[in-house]
Amino acid sequence: MRLRALATIGVTVLLATTACSVSTKNDSGPDDTTSAPVPSGSTASAAPKIKDVVLVTHDSWSLPKKLVAQWEQQTGYHLVVRSNGDAGKLTNKLVLTQGNPDGDVSFGVDNTFATRALKANVFAPYTPASVPTGVSGYDVEGDGGQHLTPIDHSDVCVNVDTTWFAAHHLTPPTTLDDLTKPAYKNLFVTPGASTSSPGMAFLLATIAAYGDGWQSYWSKLMANGAEITDGWDQAYEVEFTQGGGKGKRPIVLSYDSDPAYTVKGGTTSTQALLDTCFTEVEYAGVLTGAKNVPGAEAFIEWLLSPQVQAALPRSMYVFPVVPGTPLPADWTRFAKQPTNPLTVSPAEIDANREKWLQQWSDVTSR
Amino acid sequence: MERRHLPLGGRLRGPVTLLALAAVPVAVLAVFFVLPVVGMVGRGFRPEGHWDVGGVLDVLARPQVHRVLWFTVWTSTAATAVTLVLGLPAAYVLHRLTVPLRRVVRAALLVPFVLPTVVVGVAFRQLFTGPLARLHVDGTPWAILAGLVFFNAAVVVRAVGAAWESLDPRPGEAAAALGASPGTVFRTVTLPALRPAIVGAGSVVFLFCATSFGVVLTLGGLRYASVETEIYLLTTNLLDLQGAAALSLLQLLVVVALLLIGARTRPMRTSTQRAPARPRRPRRGDLPQLAVTVLLLAFVALPLATLLIGSLQVDGHWSLANYRALDSTGSHQALLEPATTALNLSLRIAVDATLLALTLGLLVALSVTRRARTRGERRLRGILDALFMLPLGVSAVTLGFGFLVTLDRPPLDLRDSPWLVPIAQALVALPLVVRTLVPALLGIDDRQRQAAASLGAGPWRAVLVVDVPVLWRPLLASAGFAFAASLGEFGATSFLARDENATLPVVIYRLLGHPGAMNYGMALAASCVLAATTAVVMLVVERLRVPSLGVL
Repeated sequence: MRLRALATIGVTVLLATTACSVSTKNDSGPDDTTSAPVPSGSTASAAPKIKDVVLVTHDSWSLPKKLVAQWEQQTGYHLVVRSNGDAGKLTNKLVLTQGNPDGDVSFGVDNTFATRALKANVFAPYTPASVPTGVSGYDVEGDGGQHLTPIDHSDVCVNVDTTWFAAHHLTPPTTLDDLTKPAYKNLFVTPGASTSSPGMAFLLATIAAYGDGWQSYWSKLMANGAEITDGWDQAYEVEFTQGGGKGKRPIVLSYDSDPAYTVKGGTTSTQALLDTCFTEVEYAGVLTGAKNVPGAEAFIEWLLSPQVQAALPRSMYVFPVVPGTPLPADWTRFAKQPTNPLTVSPAEIDANREKWLQQWSDVTSR
Repeated sequence: MERRHLPLGGRLRGPVTLLALAAVPVAVLAVFFVLPVVGMVGRGFRPEGHWDVGGVLDVLARPQVHRVLWFTVWTSTAATAVTLVLGLPAAYVLHRLTVPLRRVVRAALLVPFVLPTVVVGVAFRQLFTGPLARLHVDGTPWAILAGLVFFNAAVVVRAVGAAWESLDPRPGEAAAALGASPGTVFRTVTLPALRPAIVGAGSVVFLFCATSFGVVLTLGGLRYASVETEIYLLTTNLLDLQGAAALSLLQLLVVVALLLIGARTRPMRTSTQRAPARPRRPRRGDLPQLAVTVLLLAFVALPLATLLIGSLQVDGHWSLANYRALDSTGSHQALLEPATTALNLSLRIAVDATLLALTLGLLVALSVTRRARTRGERRLRGILDALFMLPLGVSAVTLGFGFLVTLDRPPLDLRDSPWLVPIAQALVALPLVVRTLVPALLGIDDRQRQAAASLGAGPWRAVLVVDVPVLWRPLLASAGFAFAASLGEFGATSFLARDENATLPVVIYRLLGHPGAMNYGMALAASCVLAATTAVVMLVVERLRVPSLGVL
């Protein structure tokens, strides 16, 4: 008995110690020979070397590894990515760490949060030396590209499952008004404005479309059986008929690029309603107090380069801001963009966000 | 010479030794919990660099605050009660009776504990809108309650079960021999002996419920707000730090109140022990307990089965493709690293976090169970005991942002340290460890140590023959707990994990957030892998349990 107990203790201790050291080893593994943060206990150089360019971004950040490696090779910089949360969480994180940021450059603050970040002085002045023509049209009003450089744009639109409507011999809705009609009762699902950034964009779309009457629109929408979920994933994957969970609702709030992702056998099974869209623009900027300012600036210039702009649709489901950038084949065919999207100015959003969300919560929780 | 023969219980006395034992855990808690939380709440109190206490107090008068507070308190209380009612019989059946497969079942019960709430939310919603649609619970508080019970049943079964297992059956047998009915035995003998464990498990469950975030949002369909979801909204969306600070304080108050109540109902010292019970075969009288256990198992198994079936289907056909895809980065590059890398890293971090939690937890448990001489010492011990429960009761958002704003300059420039994730996870696991170890240590009669000493045992020998045999099982049980808590931790981890080292729950969230049926299927498959990994690790821990250490 004693032997067995001792053996068990021995094994446990052995397992424990080896596993523990593994974790430490991993942090300084062969992957980051260029040195990301060095784990504690090794040397005094725990802070990132100036070689590192630290990017603070949101969860949706993604670019092909090859592309990043190419840039690192060309410039000698090493990209360290810190992604967390959505645009809102990102902006607030930047505001809270203003002056002593957790990185050098940020990508992902959008037009709905830009004013808050600019007001808090999160971004240092920087305009890339050569901004391709057509890009400045996406600048934040009042900033004129002095701090924030537009990188991509996308539209949040109501999407319909065309196969469902064909199978049910029903004409799909086309406008915001249609969603309140009895024919489409209990068919629409959207993520909530208070917990999801596309949800917020949809609220803004209705505010742009109906002005002061937006609350009565929402009560009609709710009375018509609209479902609200906490995140985009719940709405799309669980409730939407074309989502992974095979839900029961054929109308969902999502993006204008979605039809490019539901292509099967040369046709798409969804369609974006182009009169219901709200445009989101994402920006990049050098952070005030950045340790590696030249690296941050080089990174932003790279984001506007033809290679990165061309990779944006596939990697992040967004449209490049540089006009004339070639799009993937199924995008040119299926991802239709609105010609006249609904808009609300960033300053107005910043001034009213809390009030609007409160009113929205009151209307939607009945 | 004489000193050497004094038992450990005698040597480690007085506030000085108490503090010496607790020094390391207290320091860790101070740097990685108190400092960040105070820093974040402090921002709310000093919005423009000036103190504005009135502004925070004004928040407490908002009707919305009263609504969310009431909702939080009643759902958490109800969920705790239901969890206890279902969990106690199951703890008895799975730890005192020789039912078939009990090790497997015990291991499986811990699975919900590690599953990301989003995934469980998906599973529950598929149930509530599919096979169970007739119950009409989707989007109601009942759905939220069901989710909370699902997640927390394991806490009661494991914590109370461990205590029940090491309970001396002889007093109960004596009472029965003297003519007491089984009900009377349970009420007058078993229940009082188990009370520390029950109160401990109950308070942990309550805190988990009160700070649960995903369950309320996913299953309540945004119609309900709890204190935690409100803090999240105020902090991450509205940047209303005053409001968030007020609610964080409210959270702390609720926790402290709860701990005070807990401390009152918790008897300070029960002396029992030393004849490890052997599980016996079920009798006819055990039928009600068995029935409740089956009910609980069915309730836990149903969403898990939905999840498993979902993960095994691609386009309506059975397939393993979702699992095969786990070593890829998902469709349209949803991930930077394959999910398998994340699993590997999750396991390593969980081992580190478990070791940290066990070491710190043991120190805390030893220091708070040392016999107190003076009233001041007893009070100090009570405060220490309560202090380590706090991480469970504070919002992960407050803590996460707190890390960023306070651990950002030398000498505490730690926000990029790779150790931050295991430490944060260890802090969440720590209360589980402490709550499992303290009742066991309290059960040791100090006279046993004195007896060992008078028979010539040195202090360490006394620990070895008296404390270790009793602690062995709870220590293993809490290791399993800590490991599971760390594997499944998402709130604080999501703030701290870096892209190149995302843990599996973080990866699952990312997969769910990217369009593409493959990503959805992969998220389900990854959840099942996380669940299976937990179950296997728990089984190994169960295997390591030494049946009897009476001879050591």
